[in-house]
Amino acid sequence: MKEFLEGSRAVAEIVRLCKPGVISAYPITPQTHIVEELAQMVADGELNSQFVNVESEHSAASVVLGAVATGVRAFTATSSQGLLYMAEVLFNISGMRLPLVMTCANRAISAPINIWNDQQDSVSLRDSGWIQLYAENNQEVIDFHLLGYRLSEDKSIMLPVMVCMDGFILTHGMEAVDMPQQDQVDKFLPPYKPLYKLDTAEPLTMGPLADPDCYLEARFAIQETFKDVLKKIPEICAEFKSQFGRDYKDGLVEEYYIKDAEKVIVAMGSVCGTIKEAVDAQRAKGKKVGLLKIISYRPFPYSRVYDMLKDVPKVAVLDKAVSLGAYAPLAVEIKAAFFGKKKTPKIISSFVAGLGGRDITLESIRDIFAKLNQKEVNLEFIDLKPELLKEAYGE
Amino acid sequence: MENNPLFKPGHTACAGCGQSLGARLVIEAAGSNTVVVNNTGCLEVFSTKYPETAWNVPWIHSLFENAAAVASGVEAALIYLGKKDTTNVIAQAGDGGTADIGLQALSGMLERGHDILYVCYDNEAYMNTGVQRSGLTPFHTNTTTSPTGSKSQGNIRPKKPMPEIANAHGIPYVATASVGFPQDLQRKVKKAISIKGPKYIQIHVPCPLGWRHETNLTYQIAKLAVETGLYPLIEYENGQLTAVRKVTQPKPVEEYLKPQGRFKHILANPEEIRKIQEIADNNIKKYNLKAET
Repeated sequence: MKEFLEGSRAVAEIVRLCKPGVISAYPITPQTHIVEELAQMVADGELNSQFVNVESEHSAASVVLGAVATGVRAFTATSSQGLLYMAEVLFNISGMRLPLVMTCANRAISAPINIWNDQQDSVSLRDSGWIQLYAENNQEVIDFHLLGYRLSEDKSIMLPVMVCMDGFILTHGMEAVDMPQQDQVDKFLPPYKPLYKLDTAEPLTMGPLADPDCYLEARFAIQETFKDVLKKIPEICAEFKSQFGRDYKDGLVEEYYIKDAEKVIVAMGSVCGTIKEAVDAQRAKGKKVGLLKIISYRPFPYSRVYDMLKDVPKVAVLDKAVSLGAYAPLAVEIKAAFFGKKKTPKIISSFVAGLGGRDITLESIRDIFAKLNQKEVNLEFIDLKPELLKEAYGE
Repeated sequence: MENNPLFKPGHTACAGCGQSLGARLVIEAAGSNTVVVNNTGCLEVFSTKYPETAWNVPWIHSLFENAAAVASGVEAALIYLGKKDTTNVIAQAGDGGTADIGLQALSGMLERGHDILYVCYDNEAYMNTGVQRSGLTPFHTNTTTSPTGSKSQGNIRPKKPMPEIANAHGIPYVATASVGFPQDLQRKVKKAISIKGPKYIQIHVPCPLGWRHETNLTYQIAKLAVETGLYPLIEYENGQLTAVRKVTQPKPVEEYLKPQGRFKHILANPEEIRKIQEIADNNIKKYNLKAET
């Protein structure tokens, strides 16, 4: 059913339809609307769920860990500093192979403190063992939560999923979205049946001490499972299409005018909407440009990226995060996709933009396409203000 | 119980470990309808080395500081499943995991009113990492991070008043117990389990390795801590002090200090012993521990 909803409301609606038995969260902007909506749904009796108001994000993650370990579907959401505060627990959730879906309302990390959008928070947790899906718009936000639970609880996967949505741009943006019906959701996402749980009828020990004799294998098992995730996401997306009509193809990447493209920008999240508009404008002028949207950042779909870009002469990677002291995070992955390969783009340039909520405009995107006519650049910051740099360096 | 113990022998605790004794007493008193959430620490390490486990109840470990929060999630899930009325939830941790790094999560759990028994096994230092001081380390204790030296008599502060801190949350039940008084300990666990809401029990558990006493003295030393007034056994219900274990003739603290290497540096120093005696005397007065004769 088509509805005109705020992104946060859309998340709350789809989470309600997924019927988590335990919800726990701690307020942080721009995540707050999501859990406020859920709290109201529980208060109104629209959602039968235990809502645990915790004293910190660390405990929010711990509460949902405990709930899933007891065999109940759970949900939490956070952002920025809150996500970092959860970090220790997030590694535990994946390490204990507990299925869970969490929304990350992407926001910059302090210092300096900044509540606006970039993707530094979730990208910083890329090694935590969580599947990370980045949404371009609120329809994807809705669908990725549903896909996320289905994927996470698949008996062959049993890993948590982080649905990343750009803070404010998506969380506070109003869009027309197609909200699934309860019976459709029930069919696609059956009640959670755990493989193992804390149950007095069948006592088991979860989270034991693993010494050097077995720790390595536990990590290897997750690494191997991520390969399965790359196969499972397309399978689930195919089923999703047959049931809901929306086609995410392989669900790992989305190609936009790539086939004959001479220049392609690679990016994640809501900026892809802006890039598509820029691509449309340039295509109208006969310019062969395109976009490769990365949906699954973890696991990273290297072979899909290779297939998509191997014949493209010039590629620009646009990061909304940095890895201070190193090359930009997404750019590193794109370059890695061509490591040791014969076919490769002539140019893979890396740009960083939009940190701390700086607007990435159509002009910014045009600028990036234009820069691809020059020689390859690595880690060029777009839209820097020279006057502020002068101030910072006292030049 | 003999045929199917809830906390099985064969774990790798040190000889004379007070915590393993305490953990067994607690779980046997609570019974098999119990889920245990354990923080990181000695107990987790010596009882769950994969693929072995000492636990015959559902048991989970996540992190050092979040047993109270994970237990909150377990309890919420049990309520959702309609199983809470027949299932006990115990969160347990050492003194560091309780009074220091885990205090925030514990306070949150107590404040929110979860139906959980939180047990603190108080061996008065970080034993798993090599005897470093914690917030529950007593005054004048020699630990590796509060060492004695020409300018130091060991730990410079008295124990953090954890039972009072827990009690300040206005929860239905707070108690201290000791492995030196196993029946009292088990009575308190059973009582706590029978009460709905958050409960806190702090159990004195000697650690031969960290306290540097003979491994066969665990029980006696635990008793002496109570009999000197240094570890008062008390009960609060709904914020009020309702019971204390009377000490007929309080023993001088020296008797407690003497067998323990961690206090060796003050044994020849009556002035420093007097300061510890004062702590015991204050406890005796504060909790009215002395029995009428």
